[in-house]
Amino acid sequence: MSSHRKLKSWMFKLPTMLNCAEAEELMHDHHEGDLPANRRWRLNLHLKLCRECTSYLAAYENSIALGQSAHSDVEPADDLPDDLVAKITAAREQK
Amino acid sequence: MEDYQDAPESTLVAALQQEDAAAFEYFVRTFGGRALAVARRYLRNSDDAEDCIQDAFLQAFRNIEKFEQRSSLATWLHRIVVNSALMKLRSQTRLAEQSIDDLLPQFDTGECRVEPSWRFDESVETLAAKGEARRHVRDAIDSLPENYRIVLLLRDIEEYRTDETAELMDMTPGSVKITLHRARSALKKKLEPLFERDGE
Ligand SMILES: [Zn+2]
Repeated sequence: MSSHRKLKSWMFKLPTMLNCAEAEELMHDHHEGDLPANRRWRLNLHLKLCRECTSYLAAYENSIALGQSAHSDVEPADDLPDDLVAKITAAREQK
Repeated sequence: MEDYQDAPESTLVAALQQEDAAAFEYFVRTFGGRALAVARRYLRNSDDAEDCIQDAFLQAFRNIEKFEQRSSLATWLHRIVVNSALMKLRSQTRLAEQSIDDLLPQFDTGECRVEPSWRFDESVETLAAKGEARRHVRDAIDSLPENYRIVLLLRDIEEYRTDETAELMDMTPGSVKITLHRARSALKKKLEPLFERDGE
């Protein structure tokens, strides 16, 4: 495992290669689809060679999707309870 | 009470602009449930959420004159509710929070990422269909440090743009991006128990 990382840390020093920390900085824009072509190319190259970043990015994307779906049912069919409606309409009349 | 349900929305708006009490009650009754749900995303305490929508409805009523119907009434109110919730949060004293640093990605000294290989045996759809997993995800979002939680809610859940979020939060667009990325990373860390670890 650590020799695997040693090899990578050497490989990622080559010109045009990103290391993982640099790849990390592009992940937000990558997810938003905002990366300019040349950075996108460099990130994709890094992802092809780096199992850790690929695994991380998949979990990152999954987490965003899970967050969105866990909050997707916020449309309650229920109306407000009568006492709360009464409280709010009364507050308007006081003004 | 006049029935606004089958009428175009402009009928309700016109009645609200004429300060019609019955129209206001209808407005609160039909838009209130969703407004409360939105307020609860931000405010964990349910009294605070109720106060928040009360403020929001009063504000909406006061400003209805200026509402030009370029968006739907629901969208317009939504914004007012979010603003009112953010104001309320700003006025509250914060509890001690977990530091975000423990939840951020890890790198070794060679700037190589330290990360297990994840296997996603269950798709997002399957997981999200389970009540227990949904609750886990919501709790995870709720437990993020305040600024991170709010930026994540605004950007990923409410789908406000970066510049809109920056304005609401009084931040620069650049720091919204950084905050959002860290919030997502921290959420991912908290959700790792839902993912399977591939044997290494
Ligand atoms: Zn990497």
